[in-house]
Amino acid sequence: MADVPAGNALLRVDGVSKSFGGIAAVNAVSMEVGRGESVGLVGPNGAGKTTLFNCVCGQLQPEHGTIDLDGRPLVPLPTFERARLGIGRTYQRIEVFPDMTVRDHLLVALRARWRRGRLWRDLCNLSKPSVEETAKVEDVLGMVGLRDRAEAPVASLGLGSCRLVELARALVTDPVVLMADEPSSGLDVHETRELGAVLRQVQRDQGMAMVLVEHDLSMVAEVVDRTVVMNLGEVIAEGDFESVMADRAVRTAYLGVQE
Amino acid sequence: MEHFLGFAIPGIPFGCTYALVAVGLVLTYQATGVLNFAYGAQAYLSAFVFTYLVQNEHLPVGLAFVIAVVVLAPAVGLIFDRFLFRKIAPANVIAKLVTGISMLIGIPAVLSILFTNSNQYNPPSILFNPDVVYFRFAGTPINGISVTSVLATAVTLVALVVLIRWTSLGLKMRGAVESRRLIELDGVNGGRVVASAWAVSGLIAGLAGVLLAPAYGQLQFSDYADLMVAAFAAAAWAVLRSLPIAVLVGVLMGVTVNILQGYLPAGSIWSSAVLTSLPFIVLVGALVLVPGMRTLGGAKDPLAAVDPPTPPTTAALRAPEFDRVIKILWYVLLVVFSVSMLTWMPKIWANVFNAGLAYSVVFLSITLITGMGGQLSLCQATLAGVGAFMAAQLASHLGLNFLLGGLVGAATAAVVAVVLAFASVRLRGLGLALMTIAAALVFDNVVFAEVDTVHGQPINVTPHAVGLGILNPDGRAYFVLAMVVLAVCVFLVMRVRRGSIGRFLGAMQGSSTAASGIGVNLTWMHVLVFGLSGAVAGIGGTLLSINQQAVNPNTFSWEFSLVLVVVVVTTGVNTPEGAIQAGFGYVVLQQLLTYVPGRLGGNSLLIIFFAFGALTYVAHPEGILEFQKRRWTLRFERLLLRDRATPSSAAPPGPEGGTPAWAPDPAVGG
Repeated sequence: MADVPAGNALLRVDGVSKSFGGIAAVNAVSMEVGRGESVGLVGPNGAGKTTLFNCVCGQLQPEHGTIDLDGRPLVPLPTFERARLGIGRTYQRIEVFPDMTVRDHLLVALRARWRRGRLWRDLCNLSKPSVEETAKVEDVLGMVGLRDRAEAPVASLGLGSCRLVELARALVTDPVVLMADEPSSGLDVHETRELGAVLRQVQRDQGMAMVLVEHDLSMVAEVVDRTVVMNLGEVIAEGDFESVMADRAVRTAYLGVQE
Repeated sequence: MEHFLGFAIPGIPFGCTYALVAVGLVLTYQATGVLNFAYGAQAYLSAFVFTYLVQNEHLPVGLAFVIAVVVLAPAVGLIFDRFLFRKIAPANVIAKLVTGISMLIGIPAVLSILFTNSNQYNPPSILFNPDVVYFRFAGTPINGISVTSVLATAVTLVALVVLIRWTSLGLKMRGAVESRRLIELDGVNGGRVVASAWAVSGLIAGLAGVLLAPAYGQLQFSDYADLMVAAFAAAAWAVLRSLPIAVLVGVLMGVTVNILQGYLPAGSIWSSAVLTSLPFIVLVGALVLVPGMRTLGGAKDPLAAVDPPTPPTTAALRAPEFDRVIKILWYVLLVVFSVSMLTWMPKIWANVFNAGLAYSVVFLSITLITGMGGQLSLCQATLAGVGAFMAAQLASHLGLNFLLGGLVGAATAAVVAVVLAFASVRLRGLGLALMTIAAALVFDNVVFAEVDTVHGQPINVTPHAVGLGILNPDGRAYFVLAMVVLAVCVFLVMRVRRGSIGRFLGAMQGSSTAASGIGVNLTWMHVLVFGLSGAVAGIGGTLLSINQQAVNPNTFSWEFSLVLVVVVVTTGVNTPEGAIQAGFGYVVLQQLLTYVPGRLGGNSLLIIFFAFGALTYVAHPEGILEFQKRRWTLRFERLLLRDRATPSSAAPPGPEGGTPAWAPDPAVGG
């Protein structure tokens, strides 16, 4: 179990298992994320990182184990209710709303998070963005550097910008924990560096917890406080980045040979 | 037991035909990812040509079979592939469905025009004589139709299993279902593989068509539509994957229908309602109980990213100056139209436009569910009918004013839609389309045909029941009523579209995974959009019945639901503007076609126009009218605003800076 001070755990995953057709994608995994803590979840392809993310966010139901957010059990809740509790997420494979502008992405997330979308408000023409909403959206757009592309339909943006849109959409809801799934996937070195800087700054400024799944280990080293390594559905090591990377089991998992 | 077998065994040939069509559907889906709604029409086409050649041209049965089944049926499959389905992006489920539907209603319409003598009687059997009893099985006489059906089905199934399991072509077909483009990257000629699948499935459709034909004295398309629904049910239990399950369920259905026919009292509501509804009950059962059907059609093409994005609407694209001009022109048009309708408009055209207003409201319900909700509902005419029938019932039984009854009817249609939404809450895309068409068929057979109608005859709407002088033949009250209703509906739909709910629905369309991930309750949105759409359809149905002065089951049939869909996707399903264009386009064209000599097709021409018009949905998912509007808007902008640096500054570049497919022709304009 993680090195989180007692009573300070925000997200607690305990003994979670999920299998597909008899193959255990996640096998009795336990981990904790403290308030304001940034945890890197790394491991080779097929380690079960994204499956664990899907179990936490509600896209998949675990077969065993419990997941709590701030002491509240998440497993019985559908995905949208987990999001409303403050779980923000970005996806390994880009998930955006292509016909919407960047600004609308943020607005729709804000409304969904705070349950401000009501049919009667629409019918009475009370759904125009409030001053508070506009300010919040502008703030986040500025934070991730998308202000100049705010009115562009997302379908017209490149992959790097889409990654930023996903991040901004998650951040605008003031998540208590941000689950970022391979945010640098498909980005070049320059874009990855910029994204890492944004993530680090936002996480520290907002004081939110973050779980980062990432293959770019230099980005992980730069952004996270603690690293958890998974392989073949199980946690094989955890601790600070340097010590974890020096771990024999981790090196074997990554390099595929016994040293 | 003898009784039981006596009822069951004659059902086997029907079951074999269901099974054969179900197998064809599974094969097409497995190789191409298309649930071919036109399959019933393909079977009907071959049966029609086969019977025509034998009965009218007196060709030998063998030669007619070769022409209608061996040559024509695969050729139709190849034409479908080459000119229609190949052009559709694999992930675009709605485009595939709309294309199939347009052919389903278009092919019989074409036949009725091409062949003036479209009534074909006594279709022949392809192998054995239908009038000869070849042997008895458990005391039941087995005639030529039964022998032919069972034999042909067995041979076809064995051939198919060999093709799919043990040939290289079969392996490639299985690979093509995920993405034809992906197997092409492996060096496979994906186009040829998919074309082969279409040809084989076309052949099976043709064979099923001529096998079924002798079972009926007269060849009618409605029998083939029923055949298709039964096959859909069998294919659904097989999750469009397992050939043995498709065959088993198909045969069982044929047998069950015959057994029920034998045991249920003839002429009772049970025999008519249960028998006609059985395939739909089986279909709904599959959709609700078989987990695989919930995600059907939802698989993403791994190469979907190479498809161009959906173009923005003209309204979102045009320059502000031009936008102002267009808005003013709309208001001017509205005023001129209203004044004309209230003063000088000839009565015949006033009636046409009045009908157009009513249809526009019905089309608006499709804009809500398909344009905004991103789901294809094939029961919008049914929901309109629920509203109209409820109003008529309340008027005739309680003496309630038809207009007030219409409001109750709209609420009832909304409730029916909500129930349907809950029943289909886990279904999307294909599954939802099947569920809604099943609902439409059940309403046709069980409700509309039975409730206070005499064998499906219309209920009259009297001027007294409506009141306010609305049905006064010399008055304009109906026009005022319809205009107000349409304006209110459009106004409210626009409010929803621009508000939070519209944004949530847009998010759902874009990515349901991300939408639920940010806190959008997908179930609630699904139910809400169905409910709203049902209410609007109910209002439209009532308005339409007042206009026609009758509540006519034919106006609200499942076939008409399909016609509504192809009409509105031709004009543009995404906006209320598109719904109004569809409403007026439909009635104006219908009126214009009355001036064309009847021998040239009459109403069939209207169906053909929109059925083939809907094929443009493949290239222009925003609607061909919307496409032309954008094209001309951009041309005018270039011409009129040439001094500005980039007149259509709202036009974004394509993904990664490329040029989107909808960009204006660079050779045009200033």
